[in-house]
Amino acid sequence: MSVSNPRIGEEQTGLVSDLYRGMLRIRRAEERILELLLKNRLSSTMCHVSIGQEAVPVGVCDVLGDDDYITSTHRGHGHFLARGGSMTALMAELMGRNAGACRGRGSSMHLVDASIGHLGSNAIVGGHIPIATGAALWSSLRDEPRVVASFFGDGATSEGIFHESVNFAAVRRLPIVFVVENNHWAMSLPWSRSTAQPSFEARADGYGIAGMDVDGQDVQAVRSAAQEAVKRARRGDGPTLLGLATYRFLGHSRADPSAYRDKDEEERWRSRDPLLLTRTQLENQGIGEGWFDAVESDIAAEIDKACRLAQESPPASIEEVFSDIYASPVGGAE
Amino acid sequence: MSTATGEGTLLTYRDALRQALADEMERDERVILLGEDVGRYGGAYAVSRGLLERFGEHRVIDTPMSEALIVGAALGAAVVGGCPIAEIMYMDFATLVMDQLVNQAAKMHYMFGGQLDAPLVVRVQQGTGRGAGSQHSQSLESWFTHVPGLKVVAPSTPGDAKGLLKASIRDRDPVLFIEHKQLYARKGSDPGPDHLVPLAKADVKRSGSDVTIVVWSNMVHTALEAAESLAAQGVDAEIIDLRTLAPLDMATVFGSVRRTGRLLVAHEAVATGGLGAEITARVASELYSQLRAPVKRLATPDVVLPANTALERELVPNAEDVAAAAAALVRS
Repeated sequence: MSVSNPRIGEEQTGLVSDLYRGMLRIRRAEERILELLLKNRLSSTMCHVSIGQEAVPVGVCDVLGDDDYITSTHRGHGHFLARGGSMTALMAELMGRNAGACRGRGSSMHLVDASIGHLGSNAIVGGHIPIATGAALWSSLRDEPRVVASFFGDGATSEGIFHESVNFAAVRRLPIVFVVENNHWAMSLPWSRSTAQPSFEARADGYGIAGMDVDGQDVQAVRSAAQEAVKRARRGDGPTLLGLATYRFLGHSRADPSAYRDKDEEERWRSRDPLLLTRTQLENQGIGEGWFDAVESDIAAEIDKACRLAQESPPASIEEVFSDIYASPVGGAE
Repeated sequence: MSTATGEGTLLTYRDALRQALADEMERDERVILLGEDVGRYGGAYAVSRGLLERFGEHRVIDTPMSEALIVGAALGAAVVGGCPIAEIMYMDFATLVMDQLVNQAAKMHYMFGGQLDAPLVVRVQQGTGRGAGSQHSQSLESWFTHVPGLKVVAPSTPGDAKGLLKASIRDRDPVLFIEHKQLYARKGSDPGPDHLVPLAKADVKRSGSDVTIVVWSNMVHTALEAAESLAAQGVDAEIIDLRTLAPLDMATVFGSVRRTGRLLVAHEAVATGGLGAEITARVASELYSQLRAPVKRLATPDVVLPANTALERELVPNAEDVAAAAAALVRS
């Protein structure tokens, strides 16, 4: 058995294989989602996949506790699955079925599962960052040990609400991790034209909080950094701005061929596919082909079953479309 | 039916609001207050004075000048179990929180399939009367009534302010609670500590048979004054205070217009796209055959409000304007 990567020892193989499985589950689910989209089997045309970025949600969610919270983005299938969301709820939601996470009303950009502390994925860039901050405020006011991880992209760091939220969390030392999923492209705008300060450690310094710049393709590096940030939050030492460098391998959405990107740049990042990197580490640990095949077939079976259950669930019906506009009933209205 | 003034101890609109906040904070420890200058300063219009001292800084939170964050953080706290009351100092600053109110709070319950609730109250004050100028005097309520999922409340009296604020805090939906800067010192009868006014229920502030005048917030008092001079002319006006602007209590409006056959809607907001357009349109289409005169709107003309009390007074409909418009309907 050869150990070419000193960062992974035998005792870690179980952990790394779990991380690999988590990332592969997201990759294969999103590949299936793209197939369904191309076959017009989804209820909405809006669908953003995170292929290439799987190490971020998997590494971060792995260190969160059951009582912690996350908020997510329009590119949020990975966050939903990594946090423990059900594959059936995801597929059913995308197909507009009653069994969906939002009973078929939210589709790809609005996933949620309150039972696992997933406070919703959001289609307004940065719109959920203050909501995550408010959840952390409530934890802090109640002296509860809950931590919030708020996932957002590099584009969101150009929004004013990012500043308002990070500043407030910093002033009150709130238990929150601001997870910047920096895929280097805010749709067609490169990171170099979004900011003159690409370092999140440096940016965090400006807010008086901790910041880190981490390789977002290395799931173990993501996990270690997230663990440090979550521990800091939980012991009352405030927020962390966690910059994770990653890349979306595909376009912003189905409509986007990403003609604005340099093909060499794409190839460089594809060679750092988080699945490839982790698989190589596991192979070097002596994990054989059979194990990888078994994981593939487990995941395929889970996705097949989820899609079948989703299709068996009744479609969201027009009869229920007016229910739940309000949580409290109103009297006297006509 | 209730009246603008009545039996019992008098209290101001400001004190009524403060009592509602204090009562609810006493009743439920999940109720917190956050905003700019709400704590040590006591609120820009002194509504929350004394609450920091009484409830402590875990319940009354002075925030940086970050309006979107204030509403967003209140929303986040609401989603995970809190009952926050966010204060936005002027309605004009609500432009800075549009995403949090319109895309986030209003959608939270419905969009996520009923899994999440957003029981927050956003208190704000609006209106003219102090020469506060183009960026501190607007009445923007109709923008928010256009968004399903939001509830919009605009009380006119201390009693309603108290009862509606308490009901808004207990409600499980996001409520935009609109106060009026001219009303804070206005006195009315104290309805007592247990008074709750249901949302989405209009109130007939004066009964009458000749013309229905629909108003809310400070315009209620203008209309009541107009009703006195109309009475002297032999015109019996019914004054409906909507109190809640979304969802609308059209049943009460329809019931009144069925009897009077005439409708005037008066508001301080500018005319185009104002709530008067919505109410007159609904009445015109529902009750067309029962109308004895065309439906009528009276509003501030479409103008940028100048920082000048004399000019403000010329622009905003006053009691004479309301009386003249109502009398013209009766004589048409």
